[in-house]
Amino acid sequence: MQENDIKFLEDSFKKYYFEHFDLIRVPNRTSEREFGFQKFNSGMTRHISIKDDKELHLLLMKNIPSDVYCSNACYSFPNLPMNEKDWKEADLIFDIDAKDLNLECRNNHTISKCNKCNEISTDSNICSKCNSTKLEKKSLPCKNCIDASKNEVSKLSNILIEDLNVQQNDIHVYFSGNEGFHVYVYNSQFQLLGSRERSELTDYIMFNGTIPETFGMKKFKPNRSSFPDFEEKGWRGRFSKEVYGSKSKRSKIISELITSGYSSFQKTLEDISSKIGAKIDPNVTMDIHRIFRLPGSLNSKSGLTKIFCSNLEKFDPYTEASFLDESSVEIIANCPIEFKLKNRRFGPYFNDKVSIPTYAAAYMICKKLAKIA
Amino acid sequence: MLSLGQDEIAKYPFLADAGQYLKDKGFTLEQFGTDPDLKSLIEKAFNRIEVAADGKIYHSEITGDKVSKESALPREVFSFLLAIVLLKLSGMTTLIKRFALAEARRAEKYLEKDLANISDESKKQLAIKVIDDLFSVQIKKHDDFFVIPVSDYLKHSINFHEREWKLINRHVENGLVFLTPHETVRLIRKELGSYISSKIINAKTPPMISGFEEPVNKLISMSKKFTTFTVTTGEYPPCIKHAIEILEKGENLPHSGRFMLATFLLSKGQSVEEIAPLFKNAPDYNQRVTLYQLNHLAGTSGSGTHYSCPSCEKLKTQNLCFAIPECDNVINPLQFGKKRI
Repeated sequence: MQENDIKFLEDSFKKYYFEHFDLIRVPNRTSEREFGFQKFNSGMTRHISIKDDKELHLLLMKNIPSDVYCSNACYSFPNLPMNEKDWKEADLIFDIDAKDLNLECRNNHTISKCNKCNEISTDSNICSKCNSTKLEKKSLPCKNCIDASKNEVSKLSNILIEDLNVQQNDIHVYFSGNEGFHVYVYNSQFQLLGSRERSELTDYIMFNGTIPETFGMKKFKPNRSSFPDFEEKGWRGRFSKEVYGSKSKRSKIISELITSGYSSFQKTLEDISSKIGAKIDPNVTMDIHRIFRLPGSLNSKSGLTKIFCSNLEKFDPYTEASFLDESSVEIIANCPIEFKLKNRRFGPYFNDKVSIPTYAAAYMICKKLAKIA
Repeated sequence: MLSLGQDEIAKYPFLADAGQYLKDKGFTLEQFGTDPDLKSLIEKAFNRIEVAADGKIYHSEITGDKVSKESALPREVFSFLLAIVLLKLSGMTTLIKRFALAEARRAEKYLEKDLANISDESKKQLAIKVIDDLFSVQIKKHDDFFVIPVSDYLKHSINFHEREWKLINRHVENGLVFLTPHETVRLIRKELGSYISSKIINAKTPPMISGFEEPVNKLISMSKKFTTFTVTTGEYPPCIKHAIEILEKGENLPHSGRFMLATFLLSKGQSVEEIAPLFKNAPDYNQRVTLYQLNHLAGTSGSGTHYSCPSCEKLKTQNLCFAIPECDNVINPLQFGKKRI
């Protein structure tokens, strides 16, 4: 990124942190958390401890970071190196990202930027200009991406509430600021769990590692009565609803399943896993030393805010997470995909010089699809 | 500490304070080596270890919950305590491990029986208390099942490699896991084994006692047959081959795949400098970053933690496993091609 692009983003970000500090949600037990930040075109500074929100405000105004992070863990000494921090516990966090959902719409709004010659093309494997394979993919997520991610969040919440006894009001959902959602779980029985235990929990939530026996199927002489009932709770119930379709079909489907045999049953389990399991990123949940984008801070991949979703169903990131200001700025945009922000359409642009509001300019510059004119 | 009745000590002898027990019964260790009437107990103790070393469970003289003979109970406890003395004198850790495991399996049977006991509530309560005191697992009765919080379940189940123990294959409801008495006890087998072996390891080794030499020497020669030698074919497992292929093609290998490849090769003794060039075809290759990360994994920089290769189970969930018959149920890629001779 060039100097004047960075200056533009820094000015816009600083203004945001000055005017919208109220949007920042400083986690409880602030002084026990590890904070970190990145500046534009620079590496990560972490292992920082902060007393309270005033100190955080100061850090933001002084450093104007591109990204701010905070640990889900609490430590005795958050500012010491990792193995001296003395880990105490960590909130349970899930990451749901549209790019991991294998959505068909992705092809329509993903472009590649060549790392060698900066050419922007829609081909995802090889640069059309210099044939380099070192491409950086840029995506402008669409409504379908957001809706599909929301659906995964609902699946996750249901499992957490019904199976794992998490209270609805202890689940906080945030738009990540780019392509997905972060789901925070507070006050659960899982606070003290280590990484391996959390990894097991992610397999549970994703419906990974199932065996036919769990759902009543046996290698020899399967017994009809051990197959799940339609009204059952937990995964056996979700399995029934997905596989039987309706209560009246239970008997017929069980006969079919028994006739098809054990290995076919295993295949059925794998097939439905992607439908009924919640598609979370397991690596995020099992990492108990990670620092996460701070709620209310800006995401330098988009210039949008990581914002709390009080009504997930109605939430629209392109109107509710865009807080940078309206003043116009002149840029040269190379963004072949149309996008919508604050109910206004922008693009497509093909190396066009245009004058547009700061929030839209920042969105493209953050995605490296535009530069200040 | 739990207060135990006579037959409980016979069932769970590892809960007793050994020195105190002998003193209460009015015996010294030396007596067992010399007194002809007591000498048979050393044979019984030796036999107890021998059975365990064979991978079998020592058959007690306690039948059901009743004592077969008035003298049987102390004999049970003595043979356990003497077995520990013999093991300590032999100093053979492989035998200690085998003995601890077999004793855990033996205690497991009683715990299970006590948990399932519907006629004697106090027996059930004792079993519940033993499990809670030793392993901080709080179990509650729920119809025909025992329920424990998911978080407690996970702390123990992660030690199992069988898929049936994965949380997804369990009946989970309202944050609780439902288990049969058998499963409840099975869940803590490993911890029970570690508890018993740590008790043995931490016990003081007495000086050699006259009359103990012969069985101790027999134990030393017995332990020799458990030394094994292994050979490896040197071939890489399919997951590693797959990762190398992806990189050679210049395609993107996810972070988890890179982690697996690097930790695998590091464990096989390759140096950071030897491994780094493998990544040069990656779409986002940066030599400085690659070296930094490899050094971090090797433990030569950063926190000094040496990262190990992920298990097969882990790799399965990350879609990095491409198992072939030659994998032969290994639980970590590092074991691939290893054979005992």
